[in-house]
Amino acid sequence: MDISMTPYEKRARRGRALITFLHHRPGFYLALLLVPPLLWFGAIYLGSLFALLWQGLYTFDDFTMTVSSTLTTANLRALFDPVNADIIIRTVSMALLVSFFSAVLAFPIAYYMARYITGKKKAFFYVAIMLPMWASYIVKAYAWTLLLSKGGVLQWFLEHLGLEPLLTAMLSLPGIGGNTLSTSGIGRFWVFVYIWLPFMILPIQAALERLPPSLIQASEDLGAKPWQTLRYVIFPLAVPGIAAGSIFTFSLTLGDYIIPQLVGPPGYYIGNMVYSQQGSIGNMPMAAAFTLVPIVLIAVYLSMVKRLGAFDAL
Amino acid sequence: MPAVQFINVSRIFGETKAVDNVSIDIQDGEFFSMLGPSGSGKTTCLRLIAGFETLSSGSIRIHGKEATKLAPYERDVNTVFQDYALFPHMTVLENVAYGLMVKGVGKKERNIRAMEALERVALGFTAARKPAFLSGGQRQRVALARALVNQPSVLLLDEPLGALDLKLREQMQGELKKLQRELGITFIFVTHDQSEALSMSDRVAVFNNGRIEQVDSPRELYLNPRTAFVAQFVGTANVLNSDLSLRLTGLAGSRSIRPEHIRLTPQPQADSSIVQVSAILKDIHFQGAATRYELALDGGERLFVSEPNNLAASLQTHFQTGQPVVACWNRDAMVALLEG
Amino acid sequence: MHSKRAPWLLKLSAWGGLVFLHFPLLIIAVYAFNTEDAAFSFPPKGFTLHWFAVAAGRHDILDAVWLSVQIACYATVIAMVLGTLAAAALYRRNFYGKNSITLLFMLPIALPGIITGLALLNAFHAAQIEPGMLTIVIGHATFCMVIVYNNVIARFRRITHSLIEASMDLGADGWQTFRYIILPNLSTALLAGGMLAFALSFDEIIVTTFTAGHERTLPIWLLNQLGRPREVPVTNVVALCLMVLTMIPILGAWYLTRNGSDVAGDGK
Repeated sequence: MDISMTPYEKRARRGRALITFLHHRPGFYLALLLVPPLLWFGAIYLGSLFALLWQGLYTFDDFTMTVSSTLTTANLRALFDPVNADIIIRTVSMALLVSFFSAVLAFPIAYYMARYITGKKKAFFYVAIMLPMWASYIVKAYAWTLLLSKGGVLQWFLEHLGLEPLLTAMLSLPGIGGNTLSTSGIGRFWVFVYIWLPFMILPIQAALERLPPSLIQASEDLGAKPWQTLRYVIFPLAVPGIAAGSIFTFSLTLGDYIIPQLVGPPGYYIGNMVYSQQGSIGNMPMAAAFTLVPIVLIAVYLSMVKRLGAFDAL
Repeated sequence: MPAVQFINVSRIFGETKAVDNVSIDIQDGEFFSMLGPSGSGKTTCLRLIAGFETLSSGSIRIHGKEATKLAPYERDVNTVFQDYALFPHMTVLENVAYGLMVKGVGKKERNIRAMEALERVALGFTAARKPAFLSGGQRQRVALARALVNQPSVLLLDEPLGALDLKLREQMQGELKKLQRELGITFIFVTHDQSEALSMSDRVAVFNNGRIEQVDSPRELYLNPRTAFVAQFVGTANVLNSDLSLRLTGLAGSRSIRPEHIRLTPQPQADSSIVQVSAILKDIHFQGAATRYELALDGGERLFVSEPNNLAASLQTHFQTGQPVVACWNRDAMVALLEG
Repeated sequence: MHSKRAPWLLKLSAWGGLVFLHFPLLIIAVYAFNTEDAAFSFPPKGFTLHWFAVAAGRHDILDAVWLSVQIACYATVIAMVLGTLAAAALYRRNFYGKNSITLLFMLPIALPGIITGLALLNAFHAAQIEPGMLTIVIGHATFCMVIVYNNVIARFRRITHSLIEASMDLGADGWQTFRYIILPNLSTALLAGGMLAFALSFDEIIVTTFTAGHERTLPIWLLNQLGRPREVPVTNVVALCLMVLTMIPILGAWYLTRNGSDVAGDGK
């Protein structure tokens, strides 16, 4: 090779020494890459997370409305009080319900997308699902307040279809009913399902896409009817996708505090509780203690769902 | 001075010895092949020369200089990769000119030299295309041009013909051999295809389990294999272990005999100088230029015989499966193998 | 697998689902052009651009938009730098603690926003930092980083390693390889990640309400409007604009990364 150096090479020589130094020390180079993001994450994210959990052990004086750093488990124990337990149960049951129904609704859509359309049509579907997913959360919530209001769109449809008595009957049901559509449990339920549905559709669709067509052909070759193939071959293999999607629906519902305020009957969710506790009341320890609930529940849920293969389907 | 020297080189991954105490001298200007099955260490050795792997012990010298500490971009060695590794976002010309660009050669000059390199592999007309629009054979030649434009003293080729179909592969083998002779530089060629290695190389190193079993010219490798592995990997061979050899020929020690050196006759011959073994004919495979016979010996062992289907075939006796036959060969057609 | 005709019920459910997903968004669009003052009503009474003009004249709206844009820009830049560094470090090598670090990077998305928001607020209080634009940017950058990381690492993994080796073999050192080979192949993924991060930051409300202090980003403005029924028409306009504005980077990001088969190193 030509030994004489071009001016470019002379300039680059010093820089190259440094680069070659890094080339021979992959560990050092790795550290160099990782330190800035890890520093940010470690210090800012993890640090504040731990600090919050630690706060849960602080005492809140009801009289003076101040926080003192005396350690106590009072806040954690208070989580088991009937009022608080009520909140937790309400939130968790909604989260589970929403997850289940989202899966039920999402499956046909995902199935159709994965198995029956290709090319431009599939791209269209994909974008059509992605857009509402990424559309502003607050805009979607706002849209539903308009939809559900008296004099709003749904009301109008129900009147013109003569289904008003049905609505009144449903609203009088305990648990899911309410005074109006927008202050009913079922209203809140539908808003949740609406907002998280795309998060459920896409993982299921991805899981179904990965299904080799030869498996379905083998099933048919062995004599299975379509519904049997669906039940014995397709559905079990879609389960990781469903589990992955449920991670989103479960944890997002668990921590939401805006939708419970906007739609539905009065009654705190974990989210609102946390918000109100740290807000006007200033009881940060209690708020922190409450956040422990979703953290623990999500951790438990994740470990359950991991065994179903959800992590591979994300 | 040898172009590349391996001095007691080992490369160990955890428990496995990918390269186990290998020492070779590759001479300047020779076409040297590294042959072996997958996982035998040949590719690892190539990558050690290029600088993509670090050795665990020993040293590698390129033109007498210690190369162990040098990064890949500091070595006067260029590689043609198995998957060609053409940069998809650059045109063919930019790909070929890349090595010149990163060394600071001016645009005008490097484009001229790149074009020359492309013309040499008859692909000048593809200069403005992106690699995705080339056929496999064309990509392979672009990869070659890209490596050669840098005028390396050693060219490394990592199973470059593996993805090509048979006819194209044979054509490329001839072209590569011719190119190497014209350029006069050292080619180090890795392959698992023994006929490829034999047809192109000045010398071949046969790898097995991280070690080199034999380094020799193709002719020597074929006619005088040193171990059972080499005998069976380079061409096909009947390996007779020590007991069998004693039983059939009266000589101790493992030996190999090539199928094409054995003749089949229906009756024993009246010739005591040749080895004669009675067997039952088990299977007959017609292979175009030759016919392959599978024999079962008295002790149940298998013997393979290959006879050419030439004009005299019509005069040959036609054998049938199940028929008892006699296999005959010359004593000195057998090669004594190293034990173990 | 795709040759059969879909059963009509399935097709109906699928398209029905799509309609369900888009219907509320369409309603917003319709309402934004509605003449009716108390714009909860349906059907819309008429078509007008009047409310757009009103919205454009409102200082509080314009301030909120400007604030959101600024925050999104800062957060995106930080996210792109840190996310790419992390992706470069983690896409290939295996080292002690790699799995834990990967999990760590998933947390801001896996845990509900309320936890991130509260944790950050608490930390800011303890550090005596006044909540404001800086704190919002910090919060946004944290989860935007994860978005960029996901996009970039997926692309990194698709760059076959032999390209990098080929580059070094031809004489390019680490920096040159990055500049000429890695970066061009990463660029669209990086851009897509950045666009998604921008959209995410612009839209974000849950963490923002905790870290905003007295500042009002556009989503916060929108949230406050929900208690003001008399301003509904203007709110509708802003909602529509917000929706359209964030759809643009989303579509852009999808367009940039849609060719999954555009694999670097398709050498055979």
